[in-house]
Amino acid sequence: MAIREYQNIFTQVQVQGAPEWGMDDSGQMKRERVGKPGFSSLVGWIGNAQLGPIYLGSFGVISLATGLLWFNIVGLNMLAQVGWSIPEFIRQLFWLALEPPSPEYGLSMPPLNEGGWYIIASFFLLVSVLSWWARSYQLAAEHKMGKHVAWAFASAIWLFLVLGLFRPVLMGSWSEAVPYGIFPHLDWTTAFSIRYGNLYYNPFHCLSIVFLYGSVLLFCMHGATILAVTRFGGDRELEQIADRGTATERAALFWRWTMGFNATMEGIHRWAIWFAMLTPITGGIGILLTGTVVDNWFIWAQEHNFAPLYDGSFGYGDYTSYEAFIGKEN
Amino acid sequence: MLPKWFNDWNRDNPTNIFGPAILVGALGGAVFVAILLVTWGQPYATTSMQTGPRGTGMSVPEFNVALATPDPTIDAYYTDSPVIPEGGEPLAKDIYQNVQVLGDLTEDNFNRLMLAMTQWVAPDQGCTYCHGDVALEEYGKDDLYTKVVARRMIQMTQNINENWDGHVNAVAEVGVNCYTCHRGENVPSDIWFNITPVNEAAGGWAAVQNRATSLSQFTSLPSNALEVYLTDPDSMVNVHDLESRVAGVPGLTEDVATIQKTEMTYSLMNYFSNSLGVNCVFCHNSRAFYDPSEFTPQWSIAQMGRQMVIEMNVDYLIPLQDTYPPERLGPVYADAPKVACKTCHKGYQRPLQGMNVIADWPELATTGAPVYE
Repeated sequence: MAIREYQNIFTQVQVQGAPEWGMDDSGQMKRERVGKPGFSSLVGWIGNAQLGPIYLGSFGVISLATGLLWFNIVGLNMLAQVGWSIPEFIRQLFWLALEPPSPEYGLSMPPLNEGGWYIIASFFLLVSVLSWWARSYQLAAEHKMGKHVAWAFASAIWLFLVLGLFRPVLMGSWSEAVPYGIFPHLDWTTAFSIRYGNLYYNPFHCLSIVFLYGSVLLFCMHGATILAVTRFGGDRELEQIADRGTATERAALFWRWTMGFNATMEGIHRWAIWFAMLTPITGGIGILLTGTVVDNWFIWAQEHNFAPLYDGSFGYGDYTSYEAFIGKEN
Repeated sequence: MLPKWFNDWNRDNPTNIFGPAILVGALGGAVFVAILLVTWGQPYATTSMQTGPRGTGMSVPEFNVALATPDPTIDAYYTDSPVIPEGGEPLAKDIYQNVQVLGDLTEDNFNRLMLAMTQWVAPDQGCTYCHGDVALEEYGKDDLYTKVVARRMIQMTQNINENWDGHVNAVAEVGVNCYTCHRGENVPSDIWFNITPVNEAAGGWAAVQNRATSLSQFTSLPSNALEVYLTDPDSMVNVHDLESRVAGVPGLTEDVATIQKTEMTYSLMNYFSNSLGVNCVFCHNSRAFYDPSEFTPQWSIAQMGRQMVIEMNVDYLIPLQDTYPPERLGPVYADAPKVACKTCHKGYQRPLQGMNVIADWPELATTGAPVYE
């Protein structure tokens, strides 16, 4: 009864002891790692119980500092909008935003209260995000790893740059950028789709959705498969890639007999990274084309014969009348 | 407390009772809920009103409980059929002093309408609400603002019934009278005032949006949509390009709509929906909001309604600003109270759920002398 089980989702056995500091073959690398390592049982439930140390590096410092500046500019602008009232700030937090410049300013620098702060904040956010990317590249290099994580992150940064930099510049107006706010950025998303004649008819938006939903499906299939063969050592994926064991065999047979095709222990990870990366890559292309090349996607879709035209027979006579709807007829 | 044999037995036979208890509890609960649903029925059942071709998902749903409950103000409605003149009766303008708009009515019909107006607008105060607590001979005076406003509102009502037939009688003869807006209240519900800018320390577009206000329908959309689209006769609601490619820079090129204007239109459309208790597909096929060939007939009625509201605000309500006492003016800018869709519709597709409020009141149906039939 008291036999401890090793499971993947909730790691019931937590390894807590002397903190692991990682390699230091040059004797110089530890000074880059800051923070006293500690252990958290709570964190241990969902992953490794050890927290820290963290490699900061110059890019990390730049990224955190500029990111904090962006965060504070946005927050203080929101606070100023409600007259520096903390209760009102909390009450309206999800409604408030730092908006991009008003449309009449084009690509010029607007007054601070009409989007000037937005431009300044966006500059800091740009530096912050790019520094974090450089950090992910640099750390991978130091670990003699491939740069896959950095390139995956770059695909997300592509979409971010399209939304906030490339497309506004091509459109000739900073007002096209996305506001920094919880509900307001959703308003922007809806308005963007409506303004340009329904984004669902944008083929790159279609592709992005395919890859997004595909990523979810693949993530679930892969996670489920590995958990299902953990009892045969399937969670030791690297070993299974190099030296195929019964776990791999079973997982492969399961999928081959289910749908005729199976990925390989190594290839499934290429499926996953490409599906995930293509989501923002195709999405970014779709956004970049909107308003610059195509202004009404529904009409574009009709011109290219993939949105059908109605024959116009609405047949109103057959529909429910209002009187019948509210129960006043007969 | 419990007998020793029981405690001993429990100690010797340790059993996990929580697992089975939770299982039985969950299953039992599910069975209980299922029985309730089967015997009493689904409490949130809805009925849908189809508004477009099959397969497009165009329908307006409503809870059955809401459909079963008629608008409560319908029951409180007061009406009285006209007294058909036989000719030769003296007219109100000959009998009373200072009768500017209802002078062509016979005495019976004039008093009948006056009585009805008190029922519709001032049931608690009665005649004194407009005429003051004075002798009948003094009723001709224009001492109270309420009387001056009431006269203008009669003119507005006559104008709506006569000239905005395409909106108020679009589906069936319904018309409007005082009760359509007032519903027994001195000041109709769901009027509105200007409130923008709503944000401090911000200018331009940033100042008029991103606050939960009644005018933004508690969204973060712009709060100035009613002000722009319902008081400016030149305003254009549409935001779409009608070709797949249109050159221009938003905000700098004329007729190239911006994201911000789109949000403002969206805010207005939200207001329309909430005012009528409907959704987007009551008027539009949502796959192409702008496409006239996919509008429902309600779209043109709503379009007409917007023009009507602009005229009501610009020609009738805003000019009354100096007539009102301060307590009737807007909280931020002391502007005159204004109307919009919800002032009449009150959340229903048709005000008073389509009750005909003009058949008994030919006096309010025309700006000229009433025609009795």
